[in-house]
Amino acid sequence: MQMVAHCLAGLPDEACGLLVGSYGADEVAHLFPTSNAAASAMVYEIDPKDMLKVDRAAQELGADIMGVFHSHTHTDAYPSPTDVAQATDPGWHYVLVSLREAHPVVRSYGIVDGRITEEPVEVPSLEVPGLDLGPERDLGRATGL
Amino acid sequence: MAVEVRLPTVLRSHAGGASVATVDGATVGEVLAKLVAEHPGMAGQVLTDDGALHKFVNVYVDDDDVRYLQGLNTPVKDGAEVSILPAVAGG
Repeated sequence: MQMVAHCLAGLPDEACGLLVGSYGADEVAHLFPTSNAAASAMVYEIDPKDMLKVDRAAQELGADIMGVFHSHTHTDAYPSPTDVAQATDPGWHYVLVSLREAHPVVRSYGIVDGRITEEPVEVPSLEVPGLDLGPERDLGRATGL
Repeated sequence: MAVEVRLPTVLRSHAGGASVATVDGATVGEVLAKLVAEHPGMAGQVLTDDGALHKFVNVYVDDDDVRYLQGLNTPVKDGAEVSILPAVAGG
């Protein structure tokens, strides 16, 4: 899927992007991959120029920025202390893509006042033969591969 | 000068859910100070206690980041669009 592809393409650095749709809703209508202005394997920063472009694009679409995704290159798909400290919007979805293992893991969280709550994620357009994908499952390892 | 200030999602609840506020001011600093005065819920999220721009937001006048212009002293023309955008980062 586009988000995982953007994260893989960003290696060895963390990759990031914005989720656009209805603020507070569960469904992401549009995905906008962005540059990681920090260009680092440890931290990310949505390039402010990309943020401006996405804000304008969202406005044209009659939608809002409703979340952000970024990758962890060597750690799990769980918000780091830095992620929590910089999570300023209690209404956003914070999606993490872990590239630690051979198969990417995607998880989503709400972060409110420093409290992390995991949300179920559906990855509808990813097809990997031999894997049974339901919501909230790791993409995991396929046996025999 | 009356300018339109586009609000990021995180501040909209302090403006009754609106995504835009119309504020008077001759500079970015004046506009932001007025915005916070009119919407006290935004205090501490746009400007710091010292009156500086908060590091978690970026402010644009039309297409220009004010940090590359005159910061809070950047003048604003009548009808300009000021956008407050979140600075999104993590690790």
